[in-house]
Amino acid sequence: MSAELVIFFVLAGIAVFGAVNLIVQRHPIHSALSLIVVMVALAGLYLLMGAEFVAAVQIIVYGGAIMVLFIFVIMLLNAGEEERTNFSKLALYAGIPLAVAVTGLIAASMVGSKAAAALPAAAPDTLTSTRALSTLLFTEFVYPFELTSFLILVAILGAIVLAQREN
Amino acid sequence: MVPTNYYLLLSAILFGLGIVAFVFKRNIITIFMAIELMLNAVNLAFVAFSQALGRPDGEVFVLFVIIVAAAEAAVGLGIIILTARNRRSLNVENVNLLKL
Repeated sequence: MSAELVIFFVLAGIAVFGAVNLIVQRHPIHSALSLIVVMVALAGLYLLMGAEFVAAVQIIVYGGAIMVLFIFVIMLLNAGEEERTNFSKLALYAGIPLAVAVTGLIAASMVGSKAAAALPAAAPDTLTSTRALSTLLFTEFVYPFELTSFLILVAILGAIVLAQREN
Repeated sequence: MVPTNYYLLLSAILFGLGIVAFVFKRNIITIFMAIELMLNAVNLAFVAFSQALGRPDGEVFVLFVIIVAAAEAAVGLGIIILTARNRRSLNVENVNLLKL
């Protein structure tokens, strides 16, 4: 077993553990911290694949900006423990098998397809450099890129309008 | 050398856990975090395919997904603050204005 495979299994284990912990924990702040664990583990996996720019953006934007926003809102609203509500037995006995079935279906269709089997393993020496990424972003995808700045502007205005007090 | 299939399997598992969290959690903020978890799972598949095909297109898409997720988080959390202020609760079962 190569070192890369060991690192992969460690990071994948951490990510899955964080995702399960998000479900198990009942306090929202614990769930938010578990989600940060998942995001950092995924950033490690991106580094393992050689996508170093995406890994940096993942930590800065997801782990930094978005999750800090979540934790601000949790503290602002003084969110306490999740209330236990008696959800229906149907949800328990039909929901969990259905969730497992959906996961299995996605996994089977992605992993089992002939196209995926024909893919070569992610080789570190064919990694796309940040230079290639930025060239593509500012040539072929330049219009979507400019549109995203407009999207962010609209989102900021929307957030201000939604969150301001009415009086 | 990690086979691409392993990344895809991990992506599917994380997406499934996101669905479970989305359906079973009752706190509106945690449900929103489940959506972020599913977006992260999709990003992992994007990067895995990008590396397997040796083309950076998938990583560009990941950047776009992250940008849209940031915008979504800003608007969504604004809506959550508004809902919490009007309903005095973060439980989604109390948000039933559109229910017949």
